Amino acid sequence: MKHMNEYRDPELAKLYLEKIAKTVTQPWSIMEVCGGQTHSLVKNGIIDMLPKDITMIHGPGCPVCVTSLSLIDKAIHLAVNENVILCSFGDMLRVPGSKISLLEAKAKGAAIRILYSPLEAVKIAGDNPDREVVFFAVGFETTAPANALSVIHAHRKGLSNYSILASHVLVPPAMEAVINDKESKIDGFLAAGHVCTIMGNAEYYPLSSQYKVPIVVTGFEPIDILQGILMVVRQLEQKKYVVENQYARIVREEGNTAAQKVIFEVFEIKDQTWRGIGTIPKSGYAVKEKYASYDANKKFSITIDEAPEHPECISGEIMKGIKKPFECPQFGKKCKPSFPLGAPMVSSEGACAAYFHFSGSVEV
Amino acid sequence: MCLAIPGKIKSIDLQYNNSVRMAKVVFGGITKEVSLEMLPDADIGDYVLVHVGVAISKVDEEEAYKTFKYLEEIGELGELEDVEDYLPKKEGL
Amino acid sequence: MPDSNKLRMQLTCPMPKLDFDIITLGHGSGGVLTNKLLDSGVFDLLTNDILEERHDGAIINMNEKIAFSTDSFLVSPIFFPGGNIGELAVNGTVNDLAMCGAVPKYLSLSFILEEGLKMTEFWEVLVAIKFACENANVKVVTGDTKVVEKGKGDKIFINTSGIGNVHPKANIGKTRIQIGDKIIVSGNIATHGMAIMSIREGLEFESTIQSDTTNLNHTIINLIEQFGNDIHLLTDPTRGGIATVLKEIALTSDFGVDIFQRDLPMDDQVASACELLGIDPLYVANEGLFLSFVDASIANSFLEVLQNDKNGKNAKIIGSVVDTHPNQVILESSIGGKRVVSMLPGEQLPRIC
Repeated sequence: MKHMNEYRDPELAKLYLEKIAKTVTQPWSIMEVCGGQTHSLVKNGIIDMLPKDITMIHGPGCPVCVTSLSLIDKAIHLAVNENVILCSFGDMLRVPGSKISLLEAKAKGAAIRILYSPLEAVKIAGDNPDREVVFFAVGFETTAPANALSVIHAHRKGLSNYSILASHVLVPPAMEAVINDKESKIDGFLAAGHVCTIMGNAEYYPLSSQYKVPIVVTGFEPIDILQGILMVVRQLEQKKYVVENQYARIVREEGNTAAQKVIFEVFEIKDQTWRGIGTIPKSGYAVKEKYASYDANKKFSITIDEAPEHPECISGEIMKGIKKPFECPQFGKKCKPSFPLGAPMVSSEGACAAYFHFSGSVEV
Repeated sequence: MCLAIPGKIKSIDLQYNNSVRMAKVVFGGITKEVSLEMLPDADIGDYVLVHVGVAISKVDEEEAYKTFKYLEEIGELGELEDVEDYLPKKEGL
Repeated sequence: MPDSNKLRMQLTCPMPKLDFDIITLGHGSGGVLTNKLLDSGVFDLLTNDILEERHDGAIINMNEKIAFSTDSFLVSPIFFPGGNIGELAVNGTVNDLAMCGAVPKYLSLSFILEEGLKMTEFWEVLVAIKFACENANVKVVTGDTKVVEKGKGDKIFINTSGIGNVHPKANIGKTRIQIGDKIIVSGNIATHGMAIMSIREGLEFESTIQSDTTNLNHTIINLIEQFGNDIHLLTDPTRGGIATVLKEIALTSDFGVDIFQRDLPMDDQVASACELLGIDPLYVANEGLFLSFVDASIANSFLEVLQNDKNGKNAKIIGSVVDTHPNQVILESSIGGKRVVSMLPGEQLPRIC
């Protein structure tokens, strides 16, 4: 595919790796914020190809992983107990709530559908006027426009049986929380290219100058990531701390203003609970009052308490980059993708699951 | 990661009483219907980045080209190899 | 199957006139309706002298060393681009026998039908079975039909068992794999699974991807006749894809497997569909595909013969058996990095993130 395969060229990758090795003179820790970048790093075997002085730290960038237990419980409750067709992205299905996952709920007969796009859920609502259709709207800023658009489409069509269970998380507040953590030791960031595609780069300038960290907006293909790492390392070696854009073919400085407009038509910023990390101020989206009838949280008045995390899970330390997955005593033992104790083991984008799948553990 | 991939707009049509621009976008031979509401300027032939059924950015061909010039730009390539070998072909898959 | 074949089927085997157009519980009762269903043309369609005996079992002559295999088939939807559940059920068991180095001869055919199944759909499946049997040169010699209540099945489930004589030159088994063996895949990977995915509600996309379901027995027997003892293992990577099959083999032996991403043959459309949905093609189901572990000395000539076969045009050497990392399958990525290939926990789901 054009604009994709060219960024997987082995010879060019070699040139970048040589250049990175030549540039590095001391140890640096770089966090890739986005789970997609983590996935690409491990899937392509990049981590072991980098010079020893570079440590990649895997950030909290998996919206599926950080969706709170109580929201998953709520989604399951809706699918099991109400006259609801619950629609979701595929990766959300295996994530365990406090008792079971959506996949298990489906096995017990709940009406759960896996969709590629939230816009499909609006169609399902149109086709099933006697059922409530709820879309489990997880995601970062990247997914927010599509989820918001589904509400606008439903509104435009006059559908009264469509709503979204919004679980939106925002990247910059999480990055700040990670930098602020006393234990974290991050020298530079690869910012999530697709998040910036929507929101632009402006949010990162204060972070970079205030905390003196290079932030490079980076894409997802191997060459993108290698170039992003090289750009961070060059800054660090030159003691520069600015925002750079590696992914300029996709990311505009101001982001996608049409998409921002759609987001803020439907959503407003609120404090958000991140699974494994806790509540981060102003780090999520809630459906605005104007669209309250499309907000599953309000439409179905159920309150589900936040269940406690598994006591042996150290996901907070993993997602802040303080510990590596294999430093967890339960990694690959009690905690596996088929039986995850916590957030980062649940989706293939989660740092623990990515390590588990691609770094040598055997699940029999 | 917010999985998003680039594809080429094959056709555009208006839906929902002409209020919504939807496009057929081709990804390496397969076609998917995609909302163009976030890209009012996108046109047939453009490459767009698509995430969960919504096109969120137009690929800037010039910037794409620059990615491959980066090593040359930072002036360290000469001793390695000629960057021209790695420049993307005009029309890929 | 290609559309031209489908047309041929409809022309040669038009559905007989029936006084019922859907399957009801009575069709599985064993009584009048069951006989009516079978006499409606099922027997005529699959006819052979053994089946015509209409006994509970089949009495057949076989040589000494036989291979025996059974498999159940459930696919949703039952009609998909490139085929239907009928030919899948024949080809699946035929191929399992072929992977043992056997010449498939006889099949049993057992249906579990869901009440309300349209007779036209059942007929189309039956016709596909007839042609799949003809292509593979196998006979259905015994069978059964049961009907379950509406909602307790998914239109149609099929079980087939099959037997065949093991070819005298075949010597196939996991214990025969040696360090240095080359691993050859017979064609493009992930095709069948993505053909099904292309029409799955909520995920569908437009493509010309067609299932690769086909019988592999003639291809396999030709290879066995030429390379006999040097073929150490044959296996078809159906559910779980090639990653799962290779990992299973590595786990039950004391060697490791190296494979190379750049050598994995894949259709452009299939590759794109995998990117779109975030699915790893290594884990996607295949049907008319097989992996061969062969002695390194014959790998190139084996490949050449296979590439000249209609079922092996895209065949490639994708890796080898090594002693460096026992029980592990290591994939070298297209940019030269290495990663471990493990099994997936459950079904692969499309992802957004």
